[in-house]
Amino acid sequence: MPTTITMPQLGESVTEGTVAQWLKKPGDAIEKYESFVEISTDKVTAEVPSPVSGVLKEIIVKEGETVPTGTPIAVIDEVGAATQPEPALKVPHASPMPARPQPARPFVARPASRNGGALNPPETLRRVSPAVRRLARENSVDLTTVRGTGDQGRITANDVLAAAQQGPAAAMAAGIMAAPPTRQPAPSAPAPPAPGAPAPPRPAAPSAPGRSTYDRPIPGTLVPLSQARKIIAQRMVESKHTAPHAWTMVEVDVTDLWNLRQREKDRFQREKGYALTLLPFFIHAVVQSLKAYPLMNARFTDEGIQVLKEINVGIAVAVSSNLMVPVIRYADNYSIAGLVVEAGKLIEKARAGKLTADDLTGGTFTVNNTGANGSVLSAPILNGGQAGIVTMEAVVKRPVVVDDDKIVIRSMMNVCLSLDHRVVDGAIASAFLVDLKKRLEARRSGEAL
Amino acid sequence: MAVATTGTTRMNNVEAVRHTLYEALKADPKALIMGEDVGARGNVFLITKGFLEEFGPERIIDTPLAEASIVGIAVGMAMEGLKPIAEIQFADFIYPAFNQIVGEAAKTRYRSNGDYTCPLVIRTPYGGGVRGALSHSVSIEALFYHVPGLKIVAPSFPSDIKGLLNAAIEDPDPVMFLEHKKTYRLVKGEVPNGHFTIPIGKADVKVAGDALTVVSYGLYVHQAIEAAKQLASDGLSVEVIDLRSIRPMDKTTILASVRKTRKLLIIQEDNKFGGIGAEISAMVVEEAFFDLDAPIRRLAGPDVPAMGYAQTLEEEFMIPTSRMADVMREMVAF
Repeated sequence: MPTTITMPQLGESVTEGTVAQWLKKPGDAIEKYESFVEISTDKVTAEVPSPVSGVLKEIIVKEGETVPTGTPIAVIDEVGAATQPEPALKVPHASPMPARPQPARPFVARPASRNGGALNPPETLRRVSPAVRRLARENSVDLTTVRGTGDQGRITANDVLAAAQQGPAAAMAAGIMAAPPTRQPAPSAPAPPAPGAPAPPRPAAPSAPGRSTYDRPIPGTLVPLSQARKIIAQRMVESKHTAPHAWTMVEVDVTDLWNLRQREKDRFQREKGYALTLLPFFIHAVVQSLKAYPLMNARFTDEGIQVLKEINVGIAVAVSSNLMVPVIRYADNYSIAGLVVEAGKLIEKARAGKLTADDLTGGTFTVNNTGANGSVLSAPILNGGQAGIVTMEAVVKRPVVVDDDKIVIRSMMNVCLSLDHRVVDGAIASAFLVDLKKRLEARRSGEAL
Repeated sequence: MAVATTGTTRMNNVEAVRHTLYEALKADPKALIMGEDVGARGNVFLITKGFLEEFGPERIIDTPLAEASIVGIAVGMAMEGLKPIAEIQFADFIYPAFNQIVGEAAKTRYRSNGDYTCPLVIRTPYGGGVRGALSHSVSIEALFYHVPGLKIVAPSFPSDIKGLLNAAIEDPDPVMFLEHKKTYRLVKGEVPNGHFTIPIGKADVKVAGDALTVVSYGLYVHQAIEAAKQLASDGLSVEVIDLRSIRPMDKTTILASVRKTRKLLIIQEDNKFGGIGAEISAMVVEEAFFDLDAPIRRLAGPDVPAMGYAQTLEEEFMIPTSRMADVMREMVAF
């Protein structure tokens, strides 16, 4: 019984996907849940597990081709399932929803979902309540992937919240995760690392010697654009063309903050498992300043300036040839210790290539730790329609004239802000930045954390 | 009557009304009661039995069968500084007083530019389910609900009755105090001793829950609580709000609950069209549209001219607890 596999939807706003690599060739046997194709969309590369056991019969979409979601990409000849006709099967649901208590009164029986609820029929999506619509939008949940537990399969508000909580497992086309590659190295490649050793960074593409790549560019050649590079390029142009950028900077005396961090960093490493850097302090202060200046946590639309309820802070992370901006959702819910762990996790995931589409969406403001690369001044480009982006520049010791006209040595950090001038003018932007400066300078080396 | 000031006393709704009126008459020599059969008969439910002997005919006034006069005279007394508590023997008889209530009492403060207020309480038993037929069963709240300047309260727990009746008596403007007659001897509860008031316009969450909000008042609050308990035994969590005050409407409590549960059921004994539930429903849609996960539903009396006398007709009019539970289950499962 042949099963047609279609291009999965890897996120709410994602409408197409690119076949990055076929992990199986026609004639290969495939176990159920075994990854057989790698799909790349946006910044995420995901391996797709097979919904059935069988033999890969036909590849419809070749490597490198981009097709809309729902387009058939392959056919798998299912083994021993001739009694279960399931045309156009979707990938399996990650985990069944918990059963709801059944009402004592009999209701219209719900049609048994043959596809595990991964895709809802149009009539279900037409019965979406205002609350469900709002919650789906606020939590970036793709309603086509949510299993409805309400009357006649209706998606309830709780279903959306459950899907949002399950995160990528449910929100991303059920069952697809951006898992690290597990495929065997090519015979000519060096031996795999010893067990326990960290995995080597994944090569951008299987490159023949002498071929120019982003990691090893050869002068006089053309480096082909990776999917990620294409998207970065497109986003940067879009942002610069849409939002009139303005720029401003303050100098922050982080001497006390630096000492506080020095005092606490060993304890944090020991107790939380993540290094204490200036980043969590910075995010914490940014969140407070965003609360004080809500217009900085906003986006420009033709209808008006949308002032955002959630404070979701993106952190720019450079990963070899790529730039990722994972997002700390509800950043205002976290203490310094909480931010250490959250930021630590996201950066770890980014470096391991394990970020999912959900980790990368929903940002309302961005923090960029440009100082990590030694920069003392930068003019960042706004990210994803946000009103502002701030940088933390390198901390340098400088002679500073203090209040009583003495020259002392202080640890100084420049903080730069790019802003969407359609949303705010210099007055608010500067006030926001000065507020941020004051919060950072108010830290005392002796304070308790 | 013994008057304790601490602790609580167990009483039914009739006793709560009687106890509160008695203490009000004791406390304020300007307070008086007037109405049909309130004196010699001691009220048809014996609420004022013995009051005439204790407080005398100037403060416990038996009136003719003339509701327009009862309210009209009381309006004048109130404007001139007395504290009349007028009784309409059954809500079904209130229509002759409509002009006095709507045209006079409700407008006194406005018409006199604040020089006069009308601190008048109009008490009346209302509601069905007691084989009262077309002249002793009606719900009248919607008729007065529309009128700015009137406050309408309909508590149905003994302690709420005491707190709100005290608040009504102390209020500087006219308050209609509705007592569901079927709860009179059916509902009992502990009532704090001593003087206290409950703010008019404040609803009360009688049962906390998170899967559905049920808003009701009067007799049906008790049935709704019972139905919610039945659902709770199946693990379904329903919140029951007792409006207590019909107008002013406690938007805050209703909206907070609906924003939590995302579903709203309104249960009223009065007929559906143009009723209390219609106004609550419209308010919630205006204020909390994006929090709603199900259509708002109303369980209400049928749009018929009156409650029939025959047992079958009365049962057809009144909503049984089992029906409430069924609809709650449907809405939780929706």
